[in-house]
Amino acid sequence: MAKGNIVARTGNEAMAEAMRQINPDVVAAYPITPATEIVQIFASYVADGLVSTEFVPVESEHSAMSACIGSSAAGGRTMTGTSSQGLALMAEMLYIAAGLRLPIVLAVVNRALSSPINIHCDHSDTMMVRDSGWIQIFSENSQEAYDNMIQAVKIAEKAAIPVIVTTDGFIISHGMERIEILDDADVKNFVGEYKPKDYLLKLEEPITAGALDLTDYYFEHKRQQIEGFKASKAVILDVAKEFAVIAGRSYGLFEKYRLDDAEIALVAMGSTAGTTKVVVDELRQKGLKAGLLKPRVFRPFPKEEILEALKKLKAIAVMDRSDSMNGHEGPLCAEIKAAFYDIGVNKPVLNYIYGLGGREIRPEDIALVFSELSEVAGGKEKPKVSYLGVRE
Amino acid sequence: MAEKKKITKPGWKNLPEGDLIIGGGTAMQFKTGDWRSERPVHIPEKCINCLTCWVYCPDSAVIVKDGKVIGFNYDYCKGCGICAHECPVKGKAIKMVPEREAKIETCK
Repeated sequence: MAKGNIVARTGNEAMAEAMRQINPDVVAAYPITPATEIVQIFASYVADGLVSTEFVPVESEHSAMSACIGSSAAGGRTMTGTSSQGLALMAEMLYIAAGLRLPIVLAVVNRALSSPINIHCDHSDTMMVRDSGWIQIFSENSQEAYDNMIQAVKIAEKAAIPVIVTTDGFIISHGMERIEILDDADVKNFVGEYKPKDYLLKLEEPITAGALDLTDYYFEHKRQQIEGFKASKAVILDVAKEFAVIAGRSYGLFEKYRLDDAEIALVAMGSTAGTTKVVVDELRQKGLKAGLLKPRVFRPFPKEEILEALKKLKAIAVMDRSDSMNGHEGPLCAEIKAAFYDIGVNKPVLNYIYGLGGREIRPEDIALVFSELSEVAGGKEKPKVSYLGVRE
Repeated sequence: MAEKKKITKPGWKNLPEGDLIIGGGTAMQFKTGDWRSERPVHIPEKCINCLTCWVYCPDSAVIVKDGKVIGFNYDYCKGCGICAHECPVKGKAIKMVPEREAKIETCK
């Protein structure tokens, strides 16, 4: 049962609101469109004395993540936000945060990477750092962005793994929506006090962080990190369960929408999942057994769970809002196809690259994908990879 | 020849998380002397015991007893040569000697 207050918030406002309620020890940030507002609004909370956070305005995103690493290693609860080129500039430090097992939370507003220069949504920025060792949680709307930010703090600290929470640039970040926010006290109680085990400011028990680790130890530390990453799936689910108690909203590793009895389905992340739900409903009224699987957690990739949900389908379309530039398909599609190989299933999987640089994805486009999927389910051949909405 | 001691290093399950080293003063356990290609050699008859070398040594490898330089700790001296460079004595009271030559000298 929801206990929240209903308000109108953009995705950026919702994320800033979550950060106010979390009241982290340190936020070090550098502005970038379309994520600027998150830290800008948060900076005003700092200036107004609504939070006790130390706000560090730095000179670049590389410095932002560096300052976050320092703060987190020192023992502070640490958050920041960025987008696109900013995330690219942070990339070096993202790997360091993950290797040091620092529970930093990073709000990423998905935006296309240059070049050509573009400020609008696609997932190429987040996908670029998909192997950095950060948990990646995608949000469909402002509500999920808010809920995911609050859960991310707890996931990061329990799993000792940093977490990226994404929204889609402008579509969610600047789109005003009705959302339910929790009471400040409930959020404060939910995230609790951060009590790290080992940290640099624990003077009575000194530690060294980030020491040189050559041929004789690097592999062991990476192996350990991989194991922590695998174990984080259970942490994400545990935190979701706890969150459902205070919020009345349930989250999993992914969401199934009319999927259980579906014959054909789309796999789509972020705001496109919302558009797809509308189309699924329309197609269902026409008697077509359409469904949707919306990955919420892209890293760690919930391979077994997603396979279980998809294995009965006749045909699947994987929607990728970025291309891997690997010369064949998008990153989400590659994950799903690789998973099927392990269980020896050769199922028709179509890949649609769409929405690059903020190109609109309309219900008609989704309907077209479903109609092609129906044909494939009926035995017809279609191209393995299509570029949806591009001018030929 | 002495039998080589087998060192067992901890596996990934037994290491502290996140590349941390727990506890202080652990640099003592890391003997950096084998990085050296040249070693400082002290010449007591020229030394004025100003202790400039002791101040400058980045590895605290200059051994001083009762206010006098008595030599170097070769377990930690990396052979950077700062001591010899900073030595204010004309003609230098510290000489950098190639490690190979120093070792041959020791064997004689």
